[in-house]
Amino acid sequence: MSYIAKPKVAHPGLPRNELGLSLRDYEGGMSTLCAGCGHDSITAALVQAAFELSIPPHRMAKLSGIGCSSKTPAYFASASHGFNSVHGRMASVATGANAANRELTYIGVSGDGDTLSIGLGQFCHAIRRNLDMLYVIENNGVYGLTKGQFSASADVGSKAKKGEVNQQPPIDPCMLALSIGCTFVARSFSGDKEHLVPLLKAGIRHRGFAMIDVISPCVTFNDHEGSTKSYDFTRRHRQAAIYADYVPPAQEIRSGQAAGSVQSVTLHDGSRVLLRKVGADYDATDRMAAFGYLSQRQAAGEIVTGLLFIDEGKPDMHEVQATPDQPLNEVPYARLNPGQKALDAIQSRFR
Amino acid sequence: MSQTPRDNDFTVKIANVNGTGSASANTLLMKSFFRMGIPVAGKNYFPSNIQGLPTWYEIRASREGYICRSGQVDVMVAMNAQTYRKDLAEVAAGGYLIYDSTWPRDRQLARDDITVLGVPLARMCNERFSRARERVLMKNIAYVGVLAALLDIDMNVVRNLLQESYGAKPQLLDSNQAAFDLGYRYAIENFSCPLPFRAQLMDATSGHIMIDGNTTAALGALFAGATVVGWYPITPSTSVIDAFRRYAERLRRDPQTGRSNVAIIQAEDELAAIGMVLGASWNGARSFTSTSGPGISLMNEFLGYAYFTEIPAVVINVQRCGPSTGMPTRTQQADIMACAYASHGDTRHVLLFPANPEEAFYLSAVAFDLAERLQTPVIVLTDLDIGMNDWMCRELKWDAGYQPDRGKVMSAAQLEAIEKFHRYLDVDHDGIPWRSLPGVHPKGAYFTRGSGHNMYGAYTEDAKEYQHVVDRLRLKWETAKTLVPEPVVEQSERHRTGIISVGSCDGAVREARDRLAAAGVGTNYLRVKAFPFGKAVQDFLDAHDRVYVVEQNRDAQLRALLLLETRVGQDKLVSVLHYDGLPVTAASIVDGINQDMARGKAA
Repeated sequence: MSYIAKPKVAHPGLPRNELGLSLRDYEGGMSTLCAGCGHDSITAALVQAAFELSIPPHRMAKLSGIGCSSKTPAYFASASHGFNSVHGRMASVATGANAANRELTYIGVSGDGDTLSIGLGQFCHAIRRNLDMLYVIENNGVYGLTKGQFSASADVGSKAKKGEVNQQPPIDPCMLALSIGCTFVARSFSGDKEHLVPLLKAGIRHRGFAMIDVISPCVTFNDHEGSTKSYDFTRRHRQAAIYADYVPPAQEIRSGQAAGSVQSVTLHDGSRVLLRKVGADYDATDRMAAFGYLSQRQAAGEIVTGLLFIDEGKPDMHEVQATPDQPLNEVPYARLNPGQKALDAIQSRFR
Repeated sequence: MSQTPRDNDFTVKIANVNGTGSASANTLLMKSFFRMGIPVAGKNYFPSNIQGLPTWYEIRASREGYICRSGQVDVMVAMNAQTYRKDLAEVAAGGYLIYDSTWPRDRQLARDDITVLGVPLARMCNERFSRARERVLMKNIAYVGVLAALLDIDMNVVRNLLQESYGAKPQLLDSNQAAFDLGYRYAIENFSCPLPFRAQLMDATSGHIMIDGNTTAALGALFAGATVVGWYPITPSTSVIDAFRRYAERLRRDPQTGRSNVAIIQAEDELAAIGMVLGASWNGARSFTSTSGPGISLMNEFLGYAYFTEIPAVVINVQRCGPSTGMPTRTQQADIMACAYASHGDTRHVLLFPANPEEAFYLSAVAFDLAERLQTPVIVLTDLDIGMNDWMCRELKWDAGYQPDRGKVMSAAQLEAIEKFHRYLDVDHDGIPWRSLPGVHPKGAYFTRGSGHNMYGAYTEDAKEYQHVVDRLRLKWETAKTLVPEPVVEQSERHRTGIISVGSCDGAVREARDRLAAAGVGTNYLRVKAFPFGKAVQDFLDAHDRVYVVEQNRDAQLRALLLLETRVGQDKLVSVLHYDGLPVTAASIVDGINQDMARGKAA
């Protein structure tokens, strides 16, 4: 919370990025989430990802909806503009913001409640527009701020803290995103920062809608025996199928990164994502295969993590809209004003 | 021929079936009067339907320049068998009804106080034209020919209009001219032309255009520099976006890249449409949406958010008949309260009320300046009558010196120069803080939140800090009173009776005042153009003993707003209401006022 002072002291020996900034420059206010909350680990991963990508903090915009997840933009990058919108409607705000200025990096943070219930429509339509943004779902299967109701991502048979068992089938954000044309679909786990950071970096650099579903256990309401979104359950059932490495533009691929069966996908800015696959011939550019694989492993009770699908070739919202390269919010009025002559010409049709 | 009392003073109504392509014929007729220099109004009463339901187009010619709905029909063209009974009944005594005599009409339905003229429109068109669609369409042009003969419309005017419309397609021009001639000749040969209702050349329309308010509202947004539009289709606002797109794509096009400086995004619903507007406005683009009643209901939460977080937003609300789905193709002014206080909590919004398409143009542009100056939503309340009907307006002018008022936005240099930026600090003591745009400067960052925040922009649940912010918002409201457009006031010291009205009531109120004055009842008039009400509204209320509040809704919403937001007493304000979905007439206002005056005398 902003009124809890967080010391802004950086050790002189802290590593610096290309902009000369340290990790501290990407941090935000003190988290007010519960101790051990998965969301805070995701926040830390976001800090690291933005730091490593050397994004100027003021060229980044953080957006969220309502809920525990949606508080987290306050906890990173305090030098970035933040927009904590209304419940489930971050995607539309991001759409308008991106329409106005296509040059900023848009990072949306939402939760399973915010995205999969009230925000389901906006989530789907932002995907359909291939809005250029990173959309992180901090997924814990539960409504935390209102004290423990099931969310739409709760699995059938998962038990609430007070003993109630969920009967309704869950909405899986990855399966959903795949089915409606999402161009970057990933799943990760808040308990595995090493896995998450490269995914975040790749998602930020992906041009189009990058959705990362991050299982992020709620230590207060959904981390008990019988829950399928607990740390313990996730660790036991997780199958890290595809590891992603992010390689910045013009950097050589290290030998270790190339080991095993590796698939390389080049992003628009020249950077690459290297996919190290634990499974055999997984092709992360084949939507149908990804869908099939995910369904199979899910039926077998596994939580598959990794960069499940990527398509760099689809036009994003601006390409579809054929907007100019210059951000619309920077076009001077003189070029927006058609002038009296044009107005006269229009009016000649109305006589 | 000497002038008869009804020259250039009559109403023609055409009853048709929607989907039969009568729009171009009706426009031809309406424009013929306009080109003859006769003040005219065209009103379309259409169904919420694509094909097969009754639709009417009503043209009022008025040498006095009264262009509200006349409330009576002098010449009816009854093309729809389904509504024949009703259409026949609607003709004023001494009037005329024209029907398609190809088929026999019901002999039971007769009136001896009007003249019924049969024209075999379908038979003539079937004989002359071979294609099915053409036969249907040309019946419409043929009745224009009939009317041209009966009403003595200038043939050169009609010829020019046809030439302009179809000159590029000679075949179409020929068909239209032929159909017109069929009707014209039949009328000349069979009836005593012209009728006592004649169109006579005048010179009262130069410097004017015939245009609808959705087109002009779109043009206002275009000229004001709007670049991002989030919208969702809803009658009767959709044509605002259609017009905006049509003109923006052409007039904003970069000749080199072929791309236009605009992003028009069709949203998944109104919740998203307003969210897009907020995102774009927050990011420094001029952005708007247009909608109607149900859309306003859906936008409430974001409107409250924008009020509290102080994000500019422009919403054009083309009001239709409520409540609920109501009558989507009928007009009303019933969203006044829903817009003034849209959203939960202590919220209040700036409203602008154009009276006609001309004002819709200027006020939709002003809305952007106000929204950015005040950092708050501004809702432009037009209605279906303004938005979708053809109004005679003065030609639109765009001030060459206009520069958008972007309000208090910190530049990169300003941010560089200050020690620390605080989003909600009232440094100028006018209730309007400074804002910063994302991406401009590292020092500009702040966190926009709909939750409790203090004057520095930080989260708070502290009683004093919270209250400080909402009190400052109230101060901003006081500032808004000095910035919004002044009401239109026509006041004479001699009169103690006032009329207050709003928006599209204006034409009917003006005509009603003339009629009242002719009967010896003098009135003063104030038309509000904006909410919050400024000093001029209070002064007008103070200066009168009795004030009639004329508006188009059941619940006297403008009156309620005046009671809430000024010092006027209940007893002084008398409502004159019209809310059946059709545009208000002068007669209903005169009746309402006379009835109250009669009650006053009786008491």
